[in-house]
Amino acid sequence: MSGMQFGIFTVGDVTRDPTTLTTPSEHERIKATVAIAKKADEVGLDVFATGEHHNPPFVPSSPTTLLAYIAAQTEHLLLSTSTTLITTNDPVKIAEDFSVLQHLCDGRTDVMLGRGNTGPVYPWFGKDIRAAIPLTVENYQLLRTVWDDEVVSWSGKFRAALQGFTLAPRPLDDVPPFVWHASIRSPEIAELAGYFGDGFFANHIFWPPSHTQQQVELYRQRFADYGHGAPEQAIVGLGGQIFMRRNSQDAVREFRPYFNEAPVYGHGPSLEEFTRETPLTVGSPQEVIERTLGFREYVGDYQRQLFLIDHAGLPLKTVLEQLDLLGEEVVPVLREEFAKGRPANVPDAPTHASLLAAKEAADTAPKAEPQSAPTTSKDDQA
Amino acid sequence: MTTIAVVTAGLREPSSTRLLADRLAEAVRQDLPAGSVELPVIDLRLYGKALMDATLTGFVSPELQSAFDTLASADGLIAVTPAFNASFSGLFKLFFDVLPLPSLDGMPVLIAATGGTERHSLVLEHSLRPMFSYLHAIVAPTAVYAATSDFGGDGSDLSPRIDRAAAGFVRLLTACGPRHTPAPAGGDELDQMRALLGGIPNTGNPNGTEHR
Repeated sequence: MSGMQFGIFTVGDVTRDPTTLTTPSEHERIKATVAIAKKADEVGLDVFATGEHHNPPFVPSSPTTLLAYIAAQTEHLLLSTSTTLITTNDPVKIAEDFSVLQHLCDGRTDVMLGRGNTGPVYPWFGKDIRAAIPLTVENYQLLRTVWDDEVVSWSGKFRAALQGFTLAPRPLDDVPPFVWHASIRSPEIAELAGYFGDGFFANHIFWPPSHTQQQVELYRQRFADYGHGAPEQAIVGLGGQIFMRRNSQDAVREFRPYFNEAPVYGHGPSLEEFTRETPLTVGSPQEVIERTLGFREYVGDYQRQLFLIDHAGLPLKTVLEQLDLLGEEVVPVLREEFAKGRPANVPDAPTHASLLAAKEAADTAPKAEPQSAPTTSKDDQA
Repeated sequence: MTTIAVVTAGLREPSSTRLLADRLAEAVRQDLPAGSVELPVIDLRLYGKALMDATLTGFVSPELQSAFDTLASADGLIAVTPAFNASFSGLFKLFFDVLPLPSLDGMPVLIAATGGTERHSLVLEHSLRPMFSYLHAIVAPTAVYAATSDFGGDGSDLSPRIDRAAAGFVRLLTACGPRHTPAPAGGDELDQMRALLGGIPNTGNPNGTEHR
């Protein structure tokens, strides 16, 4: 796999189908999620990512359990999250869960970190939402440390100290999963991703493109400021939302009731307003291709495109049909078109293989002089 | 050029709330040097659906965003609402509920309200003033309440009250001087993140491409 990755991400909502007035059981929803992921693998998509939620009407409270089960039944699909809660999960447990997953699926995993969207999750897991940012920083630092260092002695504010701790199992090939930091509207997440040279994933669903553009620009700039490379070498992912039928009008007619009743934006703006002002595309495969190709005009050449296709009560059969269209008609064209004019210095989407190759190259190469540090560099502040 | 946004939550056309807003705006214009002030009107009735969408879904329409921008970049605000059930109207409150937080920081505000009878006049002190204080605006001491009867008779009482409130507001506005648009929300969080990251030891590029 080279260049860009294409895939889907799920929120895992259990929502009544507004056209049949039937609601799937949690069991049915979980099984449907697995069927969707397997289909994504079959039709040649690259990535499946699951959300993490700890309250109804959502089912994915234990992402690595779900992802491991999917990994066992898929061949190529890279398994990820959208997102893993870095604030309320114990970072040591995140490291363990993803370490095991990584071994089971031979490196076909990475992780997208976020803060979640439900206030009460903090107290439910014994945390204080007012400390969300310090929690994010401390937890992520610890996650990195237990991945990167063999023996860890650590103390912080939010968690019991560690003395002589070694993560077991160690990451596959000593290469931890690639980390993305996801944001809907928080510029500080772009800062965090830029600081660490990690990937930055913009939700790209609820907001106008200008908003995503600002966030990605900030991230690319900070990635460069912190000495990880040129702005265009930063690793960018985008969300997106589509519904397709061969005939554009059929797509609009069929999707409208789901849109109108959707948990997040239902009973609000009209489908037409939302389609005009956000990246939501409802129409023919060709329309989806054209709209999606337009994304790089405001974020630059990027690495990962994930679509939300299975929410708002859409039946499994419909979602699988979306995947057929994606795999047969949309993604092949997107791959080809996005590859055109892609500058040579824009990195491919990171995979375990690419990270391993980079590590081996770095291990054998003579130690390079550190880059001249910008004033905000970590080197100055260490 | 001084810009004073005029937010009015009148519902009907014509609206006595809008009428009061216009009279306050005109009185303020008279008290400032000729040609030195713009008074863009944000008539909330036009944003009713957009305000509800923003409340329910966080989706801000371009038109509403433009109203937010007008207000955030203004030097002052004249805010007028009808009194409903011993408070401001729901439409008025919705607008300030979805307005991004720092927009009114340090902004001089002239508050006014309309109502059926004079008995509701303390709505200004019990509802509007605390809300604007919470939003870190600087509310002018003199506010104007106009009952239906104020628009009848000889109006001899309302006009001097409008003039007095306008004069007090202009004095406040002039003392406050030009205003800088506050940084968008998230600025504090961004600063906090930067400060915290500054405290992390250098671990190199953790995703392994440059590490070790």
